[in-house]
Amino acid sequence: MNYSFDFAPVFAAWPMLLEGVIGTLRMSSLSMVFGLSLGIVFMLMRMSKSNALRAMAIGYIELIRNTPILVQVFFVFFGMPAIGIRLSGEQAAILAMTLNCAAYAAEIVRGGVQSIRPGQIEAGRALGLHTADIYRFVVFRPAIRAVYPALCSQFILMMLNSSLVSSVSAEELTYFAQTLDSQTFRSFEIYLTLGVIYLVLSQFFSAALGVIGRVYFSYPTK
Amino acid sequence: MIRQFGWGEFLFLLEGARWTVVLTLLAFTFGGALGLGVALGRTSKWRLLRILMATYIQIFQGTPLLVQLFFVYFGLPLLGLKVDVWVALTIGLSLHTSAFLGEIWRGSIQAVPDGQSEAARALGIGYVHRMVDVVLPQAFRIGLPATISFLVNLIKGTALAALLGLTELTRSGQLMANITFEPLQVYGAVALVYFFICLPLTFSSARIERRLNADR
Repeated sequence: MNYSFDFAPVFAAWPMLLEGVIGTLRMSSLSMVFGLSLGIVFMLMRMSKSNALRAMAIGYIELIRNTPILVQVFFVFFGMPAIGIRLSGEQAAILAMTLNCAAYAAEIVRGGVQSIRPGQIEAGRALGLHTADIYRFVVFRPAIRAVYPALCSQFILMMLNSSLVSSVSAEELTYFAQTLDSQTFRSFEIYLTLGVIYLVLSQFFSAALGVIGRVYFSYPTK
Repeated sequence: MIRQFGWGEFLFLLEGARWTVVLTLLAFTFGGALGLGVALGRTSKWRLLRILMATYIQIFQGTPLLVQLFFVYFGLPLLGLKVDVWVALTIGLSLHTSAFLGEIWRGSIQAVPDGQSEAARALGIGYVHRMVDVVLPQAFRIGLPATISFLVNLIKGTALAALLGLTELTRSGQLMANITFEPLQVYGAVALVYFFICLPLTFSSARIERRLNADR
């Protein structure tokens, strides 16, 4: 092996990589928030009494969970213009990741909601809480609290998966790394650095989500 | 003249799907073998080995698969190895698989009640037989649903091979979309092929999981 490593051009391009980090953070955070919200809608459909709604939700969830996210991204970015919806790379990326995240979030949150015993809801009703309040305080909050770790790992996976929206030229970290690669040809150094950045990002997300969880779920349980 | 997306074009996608299946099988075989080593290392009595394996797993779980594949693809030539893209992909996917299966199987090994290996030790059974005959068969049962779920993830993961230029299912779809100018139908068809490969696995995983829970 007689390859001389040269990280200088990689580090010299730090403003570009920083912009990429911000892009990754922006796209994955938005997809997380939208994905969780849409996921709750699908979860409600999945658990509703109507057979049609349930079938639709199951169909959607299984379709998303059994196809690669890359194909979903391509479908949204290249396929949607055929039906008149033209999106930029970043919009397509956020939409595809939201749709993807929703299916997983729906199943995770459903697990949490099913862990709430009917007695809890009855108790809420006996205390005279509004239906909305029962959903909010008695069902959702404890349900999401119960599955929060699983939800967090799904979010982190989402952030890592955002690397492949570079293929539809959404300007996130991997996209800039590829640009840098074509400018400097320091492939190995770039992808090593990229790996380290993602490792730090996933630790950061893990810590940040942990803090959010501790603040939001810090009510007494007993 | 622009080609229409018809039956012949669909068969072209299926031909691409062969690579998807081959890559999955190769990565699952090699990754599984390596993953067993990772799982045993992660549950060994030597602290250093445990820490080493935990770090290995953390690295693969904390970086995107795409970056891992690029890293292997560009890293192998530095070691003086000139390999085809499918070999690089097999190596990359196998390493990825080994970390994830290692972590799944670590959990399964630890889920086997301590009494089992204690009893084996009391009978004077050595490490190899204790693992092969007592702990691993039980761990295999516990870990089966999660292993199949990971297999589904691996099949979906092979789609990234398209970005490195291997003509598997997704790349065939890209080529076909460029020829026919019907991306909606083509990517829809690609998604359906993946769907029908993965769905039976997802269902069997869910069924096995229900059956295991029913025993309890």
